[in-house]
Amino acid sequence: MSQSLASVEPPPTEPPAGASEGSAARKIEGRSPWRLGMERLLRDRASMISLGVIVIIVLVAILAPVIAAVVGHGPNQEFQAIGLSAIGQPKGPNGTFLLGTDDQGRDIMVRIAYGARISLIVGVLATALTVAVGAVVGLIAGYFGGATDTILARFMDWLLAIPFLLFAISLVTVIGAGLTVVIIVIGFFGWASVGRIVRGQVLSIKEREFVEAARALGAGPWRIMFVDILPNVMAPIIVYATLLIPLSIVTEASLSFLGVGIPAPTADWGQMISAAQQVYQYGAWWYLVFPSAALLITTLAFNIFGDGVRDAFDPRGDQLFV
Amino acid sequence: MARFLIRRILQGVLVMWLVTVGVYLIFYIGPGPSSVARTLAGKAATPQVVAEVKHRLLLDRPIYVQYGHFLWQLLHGNLGYSFYHQQSVNSVIASAFPITLSLVIGSAILWIILGVLSGVLSAVRARSLMDRTFTLLALIFYSMPTFVLGLLLLLLLYYELTIHGIHAFPGSGYTSLTANPWGWFRGLILPWITLALVSAATYTRLTRGSMLDVMGEDYIRTARAKGMPERRVIFRHALRAALTPVVTQYGIDVGVLLGGAIITEQVFGMPGLGFTAVQAINQQDLPVVIGVVIVAAAAVVAANIVVDALYAVLDPRVRLH
Amino acid sequence: MSSQSSEATMARDSAEPDGDVLLRVENLVKYFPVSSTSLFSRQRDYVHAVENVSLEVRRGQTLGLVGETGCGKSTLARCIMRLYDITSGKIVFDGHDISNLSRRRMRPYRRDMQMIFQDPYGSLNPRRRVGSIIGDPFAIHGIADGADRKKRVQEVMELVGLNPEHYNRFPAEFSGGQRQRIGVARALAFRPKLVICDEPVSALDVSIQAQIINLLADLQKEFGLTYLFIAHDLSVVRHVSDRVSVMYLGQISESAPTSELWHHPRHPYTDALLSAVPVPNPDQAAERDRIILVGDVPSPVAPPSGCRFHPRCPKAAPTCVDTEPELIPRLGDGPEHLTKCHFPVEDGEDIALAKPTISAEDRIVETGVLAGGQVSLPEALTAEAKEEA
Repeated sequence: MSQSLASVEPPPTEPPAGASEGSAARKIEGRSPWRLGMERLLRDRASMISLGVIVIIVLVAILAPVIAAVVGHGPNQEFQAIGLSAIGQPKGPNGTFLLGTDDQGRDIMVRIAYGARISLIVGVLATALTVAVGAVVGLIAGYFGGATDTILARFMDWLLAIPFLLFAISLVTVIGAGLTVVIIVIGFFGWASVGRIVRGQVLSIKEREFVEAARALGAGPWRIMFVDILPNVMAPIIVYATLLIPLSIVTEASLSFLGVGIPAPTADWGQMISAAQQVYQYGAWWYLVFPSAALLITTLAFNIFGDGVRDAFDPRGDQLFV
Repeated sequence: MARFLIRRILQGVLVMWLVTVGVYLIFYIGPGPSSVARTLAGKAATPQVVAEVKHRLLLDRPIYVQYGHFLWQLLHGNLGYSFYHQQSVNSVIASAFPITLSLVIGSAILWIILGVLSGVLSAVRARSLMDRTFTLLALIFYSMPTFVLGLLLLLLLYYELTIHGIHAFPGSGYTSLTANPWGWFRGLILPWITLALVSAATYTRLTRGSMLDVMGEDYIRTARAKGMPERRVIFRHALRAALTPVVTQYGIDVGVLLGGAIITEQVFGMPGLGFTAVQAINQQDLPVVIGVVIVAAAAVVAANIVVDALYAVLDPRVRLH
Repeated sequence: MSSQSSEATMARDSAEPDGDVLLRVENLVKYFPVSSTSLFSRQRDYVHAVENVSLEVRRGQTLGLVGETGCGKSTLARCIMRLYDITSGKIVFDGHDISNLSRRRMRPYRRDMQMIFQDPYGSLNPRRRVGSIIGDPFAIHGIADGADRKKRVQEVMELVGLNPEHYNRFPAEFSGGQRQRIGVARALAFRPKLVICDEPVSALDVSIQAQIINLLADLQKEFGLTYLFIAHDLSVVRHVSDRVSVMYLGQISESAPTSELWHHPRHPYTDALLSAVPVPNPDQAAERDRIILVGDVPSPVAPPSGCRFHPRCPKAAPTCVDTEPELIPRLGDGPEHLTKCHFPVEDGEDIALAKPTISAEDRIVETGVLAGGQVSLPEALTAEAKEEA
């Protein structure tokens, strides 16, 4: 070996990894960790069924005006004459109102379809906000360390320690209810958990040699954070985000249930369920059951899908195949 | 140990202080002093009363004086006066707290038993039919918003039974334990079940995952290899280690709920802390809202300290950090 | 592969005239704070990772830096690359003092000094495609965009013996040797003046090591590169270096042109290292005595007094415990051959027969962090473990 070391002949190349793939003309594309995860996810039956359910819910939300047009009932249209009984009680499911009417004589089916819009918008946007803020703060705290980290970590502890629902209700009351406010409030109180996860991951990733290599090349902190470290924490972020969507939906529904979410008369599941508790005692079970079912099916589908995503992208539940 | 506890308590005090700042910012500075005075005095108050309230609360003084006064009162255990209830916030909270306490303690016992037991059974017989059933049930209850479960239980077990002549459970309200123990118990069954089922789901998942992790450890294999009975391996060795994350979650959950099981109380019409707070928010009775928020934050902070102290007892390594 | 070319390399050792100095390190010191975690006292201790190191790397040459794991050679490399802030001392690169430049002011120099890392697994971002990893230098310094960048990256890939078609693959799809080629490609994208090779082959299979070493040698020839080559394996260093410095516990213990060091080792530590190098001829090997060093490497938190090697040195005498020797020419060596030892090894002396004349107490190795009966693993094992991890 000592003889060959000094050789100045062209280096004997190892067999190229693509040698067995046949023609070099074929585009050689790496199988990224993402692709592997996607393949695992696509093979999981429960995830695919729940994804199908999610797609249906999304379609219902998008097509809500179409549904309203087909049955001929607007979401806020009150059918005092045909939608309410003689003593002003809601009517159960029938030929005209497939899922019955509410206490104002409105079509519950159409309102559920419109309510899906609110739930999905809040679920997705609040999660996006939560994840974006949490990821950025987590990256900054973890990468810079020192006093920056101490302050941010303490702030996150504080956010996680305060009684969320009470603060959220108070804040919404002071600012005034509305879709944007609900999204911002959920995002503001939710990002700390994402921040904590990302920070923990960054603390270990920043010690790896490829980060040092990037610094040796002259990369600045922001480039290292977003180009080198972020792709390595995307897996836990995505897994967590999938599980945050149903949580955000439930939080929005809870705020609306308590009367501090989406203001009436906008159709909203939490609000419908809240209104239903006033009247189900008179036997109007459909008013309670159908919106509840819609809410439960949505959160269940997202949770099953989220579990599937976690199992596919984070099979060992810790290191994320790094 | 003492040093560790002192440090945690000081940190807790810091968090509490930050909470007061947060509350203060939201309520007193946000809407502005005049609006605060008007809401505090109540909607029907005359301008003279508003001015009087404003003066009494130092709302006509600079912000730092107001906050100093607010903090000073707080340090003396005085949470303020509810013009709406015509009594001190302290006594409003004192009458609401036992209700929340009854609800939370009962369901906390229920859900830790349900959650840990189903989690352990699931983990021990992983991938069996029982595991799948528990996992699915846990997923359903985990996805179920509290108010949906509560209302559905009321629909089935209260409304449907009542119209068929069976008066098993009261529909809502709270009976004091000292006045009528049986009524207290009967009235709490549905709220307990609601809160317990919704919470237990998290614990089933947590215990199962944690148990599976621990069961893969070398020392479990060693315990089995030296011929220890499986039951003893599971309960003596695995469960003890697996419970660490469960204990953390339990402390936090109980702490949060002690500050008011808002949704459950709302659904079952129980005038606990959460119910009182929501009512106060709707009535714009700000001193009560602030009082409950502070008590709730204190409960969370206290729970965190208890969990940390418990940890330090269980695991000496924690004390160093 | 031919003995001719081997001789050619050997000839370089002495034939090369004193080239001008590309990198000069003067009295470099690097301490890392470690806080002892006792509950009631919080005193600050320091790891003396690099203590007063001076060295020169000449343009177009290779300086080999040898030492055991933990002797501070990697820390020294990272200080020179300014990945760590230095505690004191001076780093002069290409005539510019870069010891205390800010990150921003340091940037332009990074195009001229690059590093090849030890771990071909850890040093490549698992989430980025090879083309983007090798294109990093272009992206960071804003040179060549889009198709142009791709073309230049593929040129570099070809240069280091990678298939340019593999532009879009992930590091996980390559073998250890190919990964190290990726690391080389990234370092050489800009044809830097100085390349610091931090144990570039120690994590690789022996058969692959030769390929990478040859690649580095070829590239040096083609582009007139200057290497600071760090290794713990003397046989590797011997074949690539013009001069060699031996490091022990954060200090240079001996420094000499390669063949000079090989044939006339002066420091007992160098002698011990050399005796551990496998000899291809079994007859010769049987004749040689292997010098076995006693004890572990002492803790760099509290390095031994006097000569840092004294607790393990077979020739240790009381002077060694009290007085730190200077790094100067000994026994009539030329100015190029420096040794930090009071009792340098004479030509032909067998130090395996030597007996230390200091008290046993001084020989008890204070292992500090390594204490508690923990045996430090041989290098090969450690590297293997790393690869598995």
